[in-house]
Amino acid sequence: MLEMRGITKRFPGVIACDDVSFEVYPGEVHTLLGENGAGKSTLMKIVYGLYRADEGEVFLNGEPLRITSPNQAISHGIGMIHQHFMLVPTLTVAENVALGLKSSRGALTDLDSVSARIVELGETYGLRVDPSTPVWQLSVGEQQRVEIIKALYRDAKLLILDEPTAVLTPQEVDQLFVTLRTLTAGGRGLIFISHKLHEVLSLSTRITVLRNGRVTGSIPVEGATRDSLAQMMVGRAVKFAPDGADAKPTDVALEIRGLRVLRDRGGEGVCGVDLDVRAGEIMGVAGVSGNGQMLLAETIAGLRTPTAGSIKIVGTEVVGMPPKGVRDAGLAYVPEERMKDGAIGDFTVSENILLIDHNDPRYLKHGMFDFEAIRKHAQRLVDEYTVKTPTLDTPVRNLSGGNIQKMIIARELSGTPEVLVVAQPTRGVDIGAAEYIHTRLIGQRDQATAILMISEDLDEIFGVSDRVAVMYEGQIMGIVDPNTATREQVGLMMAGVAQDEALSQPT
Amino acid sequence: MLFQRGVQGRRLLAYGVPMAAVLFALILGAIMLLILDASPLEGVKAMFEGAFGSSKALTETVLKATPLLLVGVGITIAFRADVINIGGEGQLVLGALFSTFVALNVPRLPAVLMIPLVLLAGFVGGAIWGAIPGVLKAYYDVNEILSTIMLNVVAVQLMNFLLRGPFIDPGEIERGTSIPQTERLTENADLPLLFGSGRLHIGPVIAVIAAIAAYVLLWRTPLGYRLRAVGRNADAARYAGIPVKRTIVLALTLSGAMAGLAGAILVFGSESHRMVTDGSTAGFTGNAGFNGIVAALFGGLHPLWTIPASFLFGGLLVGGNALQRTVQVPSALILALNGLVVIFLVSSDRFKRRLLDRKATGTESELGDDPTGPDPPDPSHPEDSESINLVNRGEV
Repeated sequence: MLEMRGITKRFPGVIACDDVSFEVYPGEVHTLLGENGAGKSTLMKIVYGLYRADEGEVFLNGEPLRITSPNQAISHGIGMIHQHFMLVPTLTVAENVALGLKSSRGALTDLDSVSARIVELGETYGLRVDPSTPVWQLSVGEQQRVEIIKALYRDAKLLILDEPTAVLTPQEVDQLFVTLRTLTAGGRGLIFISHKLHEVLSLSTRITVLRNGRVTGSIPVEGATRDSLAQMMVGRAVKFAPDGADAKPTDVALEIRGLRVLRDRGGEGVCGVDLDVRAGEIMGVAGVSGNGQMLLAETIAGLRTPTAGSIKIVGTEVVGMPPKGVRDAGLAYVPEERMKDGAIGDFTVSENILLIDHNDPRYLKHGMFDFEAIRKHAQRLVDEYTVKTPTLDTPVRNLSGGNIQKMIIARELSGTPEVLVVAQPTRGVDIGAAEYIHTRLIGQRDQATAILMISEDLDEIFGVSDRVAVMYEGQIMGIVDPNTATREQVGLMMAGVAQDEALSQPT
Repeated sequence: MLFQRGVQGRRLLAYGVPMAAVLFALILGAIMLLILDASPLEGVKAMFEGAFGSSKALTETVLKATPLLLVGVGITIAFRADVINIGGEGQLVLGALFSTFVALNVPRLPAVLMIPLVLLAGFVGGAIWGAIPGVLKAYYDVNEILSTIMLNVVAVQLMNFLLRGPFIDPGEIERGTSIPQTERLTENADLPLLFGSGRLHIGPVIAVIAAIAAYVLLWRTPLGYRLRAVGRNADAARYAGIPVKRTIVLALTLSGAMAGLAGAILVFGSESHRMVTDGSTAGFTGNAGFNGIVAALFGGLHPLWTIPASFLFGGLLVGGNALQRTVQVPSALILALNGLVVIFLVSSDRFKRRLLDRKATGTESELGDDPTGPDPPDPSHPEDSESINLVNRGEV
């Protein structure tokens, strides 16, 4: 139904897509696989009318497709589910779905008929959601259902899903895949963008791999393996589980007792957490987004004040300290949202590296910056952590996600912290950089740092952690050994099933 | 390589666009002169000569530019920390009142002590008037644009009260004229004249030094780094352990202090050497608290570029008066001309930003899959990010 022939898109100095050909047939799931910057999003933005190709043609159902805006794409039956939901939180589900459409009753709204259709679509495709609920009350998984309903309501025949599983539990992913299979069975075509190889293998009909704007292969799912796909993506063999000696945990470096924290919108988000992380181990924290992991991390970092409980970093009570005090006590912190909380986009690479120790006398001379010393420090970190940047004076917003993350980790580890709290260390980071970051984390563990790693990526949790704490609704459901527990067991605990019950499930 | 060229293009835009904006405003002014049956050429000549044509005109321009520069530097500091200070008028007044109070009450000290003392008093007065909205913003989430504007009103009432009451020249009461002004303040606090005679005092030198100091502060010291970090990304600054609230208070305090210093210079550099008002704020400040904002915008919100920008804008104000005298146009035209310059400057900033964004789109989307390009605007942006961005783009 969709055919792209010889698409080339150039940006100043870079070819984002180079002679890419790609087609989708009705009833198939065609996966676009590639690292960040490989050109997947650019390609999809061309289909969706956000960019125009410099060369090449797009055909929809055999007709040449010339569109210049998402509205036109929608009217041609193309729907896109963005990674970041495009919903208005204060409006209800029905209002969100109706938003931007003409009412069948002219000036009056027709929300009742919209609601009826939503319920109908929900029943057909297993997308149950109450049309009268305001969107902000919905879980992430439900919001995603609303996005899909929005596209189906507009009668999308071709659906583009940009990393739809990033925010879901394994069980929700399974449910989503059931829905998606129903959709394709009804003759719709699906473009699935992902870099999670096991999901790609389970859902796709065909897989096209992009690297540096070029197609490196387009193969049916039969015969594809994790290793072969990863090799096509990166251009070399990739190690999935970083190897390293076993952890040798020693004393407790981070001690949390009875911690209770309120959410911004009221209600308790962390409800009595006790947790010990020892020097020389990586404690993974698994959980679906919004179950208190972030509150926990921010409270440890001194960014939130708990209502009760204590946090000790190598014996020092840090509750009540400002963030700087907690850092001085030995904490390093890699926040979840790297561009919002971890780096200053307009600042240069060296300025960003200076963020946590700009007051350090090593970088000052007579009270003013010693730019020579700062340069040396930044250059050393950039070299050591293989941060790819044109110069040290390049604004960080011009770097790729992986390189920004490497820079943040370099900065946070440069002070050899006692405790490292790291949230979503490799989200949105390309495979090469992710591999490197994992190796670094394990290396830091071996230098006797206690690491608390919050992640929604179970591959990462299982690949890197020495112990795994599962969080659900502000509580730790239990701590499991990643070498013996299964993904399904952890998935059940993430959904609120008690540890002994989850572990007694057949594997 | 590409990146380097991008930077130069940015720089060209950052300074070329405001210049062009002023030019367009003047062309429009010339058309207005034509409509009024006056010769635009003669008008431009009158303006230029009035502002820069003689040493007397230059002196006038430099003196006019001095408070603009100090206020502008203060604006720059605040804007770098992403706070908007519209309270220059009030801070000028408070600085003047503090320094006047000191001059009236401190026993006669030699000039070498007295001059620094009154300048310091002005600095402190402005700083306090800036710190109040700073604390309100940082700790009580009060919009600083509103609070600074309202404090302007408070300041002018305070000035009227003090100049009509406690600070009034006893001679005024004796004579029964009751002009709201102080007595001639101590000669030991007179700002020294640069050339021994004439009107040019050391005020402009102080202002230029302040501008250089602000530059050094912002780009060479940890304190300035914190101000800029908070301005560019308060979240990241907070996560990195920078005390964001204190930094915001400090930004407005320093910003107010600069205006306060200007207030002291207005008093002790004045010809009458007293503080005097006609009951309005502008009667004392000559609108420097607002015009300083325009000068700072004109200077791309960079303290060093604000020096020539203030000089040019001061020239425009002085030249406007000359124009009115020579060409005999209604005084409303001068106001309109100044207004045009402001409107063109402010809207040119929007225009410049669009150009810069267009340049940036290419470079950003090539390096990552992040949805930067022409995606829908982020609804989470605060309402006032417009005006903040407007000025943030003045970066070099």
